[in-house]
Amino acid sequence: MIGPLAVVRDCLRAGEPVVLVTVVELSPLDPVSDHAVAPDTSTSPALGAKIVIRLGADPLGSFGEPTLDETIARDALDALETERNALRSYPPNRALHRCGVTAFYQVFAPPRQMVVVGATDFTAALVRVAKVLGYRVTVCDARPAFATALRFPEADEVVTDWPDRYLATVAAHLGPRDAVCVLSHDHKFDVPAILAVLDTRVGYIGAMGSRRTNAERIEGLRREGVSDEELARIMAPIGIDIGARTPEETAIAIAAEIIALRANSRVPSLRDGSGPIHQARE
Amino acid sequence: MAMRTVLDEIERWQAGGHRVALARVVGVTGSGPRDSGAAMAVNDDGEVAGSVSGGCVDGAVVSAAFDVLSSGEPQLCAFGYSDDEAFSVGLTCSGTVKIFIEPLD
Repeated sequence: MIGPLAVVRDCLRAGEPVVLVTVVELSPLDPVSDHAVAPDTSTSPALGAKIVIRLGADPLGSFGEPTLDETIARDALDALETERNALRSYPPNRALHRCGVTAFYQVFAPPRQMVVVGATDFTAALVRVAKVLGYRVTVCDARPAFATALRFPEADEVVTDWPDRYLATVAAHLGPRDAVCVLSHDHKFDVPAILAVLDTRVGYIGAMGSRRTNAERIEGLRREGVSDEELARIMAPIGIDIGARTPEETAIAIAAEIIALRANSRVPSLRDGSGPIHQARE
Repeated sequence: MAMRTVLDEIERWQAGGHRVALARVVGVTGSGPRDSGAAMAVNDDGEVAGSVSGGCVDGAVVSAAFDVLSSGEPQLCAFGYSDDEAFSVGLTCSGTVKIFIEPLD
């Protein structure tokens, strides 16, 4: 493979953000009398022409007109910022006999990050589901016997460290697209872990536990000075209420909650309900 | 299938001497099955990687990709409920998708 697509492939492999801009439609110079002014092929890009835009690097490729290229580069960075693909049309340049151009901006953002605190069977199932959704997943647990790559073969990284200490090192890199799932189920670990991410921009913070565990955890967090507003960011008990019991079902419930929160879709989260999380089965 | 997987498949086909067309969803109006950016590659043996719809227009896009491979000219196709010509392969969900198909040479 050569050319722009090879550059995109390399960026995807390296997890580097990139925008691929492609000319997908050309419109005549004069829509009324199409044939009156022939487009100049030296100033009009070809259908399928491409520019690759990366952060901190010169654009790769050109549509043949410096001012158009500049506009395209700016619009590509906008698309990258909002992480949304876009279809944009640019009017013809009659002075240059350049056709109207419609360009497709395809944004390739680096993978979303998920940090799972606690190394349990629930973690293993959540790692698998998160990988299906395209996350880069890190598992963190302070107990070396549990935090092993062997137990979480699908995880991108398994860290043996105090979760709050590890999270403090990555806090600056956590953004609205990312998620932190605290499954340690032990106040000793999960209160400091939650404290470590509350002042980050991370999009999702969830914490596992029964309603009683959760009530105690909330007390623990309040004692550390956590405000109601900050508490409202924490999805706990974690997951939506689909009657999940097994680690796998619970992982689906957590993933669904993350998707729903991001999509601003109203779903019955366990947090908003009352009563036991696990209904007795008939 | 993510673009990364589609690109890997394209690379494998090209290394094997195949000609390849790439189809991408570049615009969706109304209710469409896939967001823009969904990609499907087709090689000259009719092998397919990826998908640009919930299945409803993939077959038609493969045919269009063969046309693109034989003409060598990229094409912007629209499929949708409101498009009479494409009615027979229209989306059941009443949306319209624009798909750009190009030869990769």
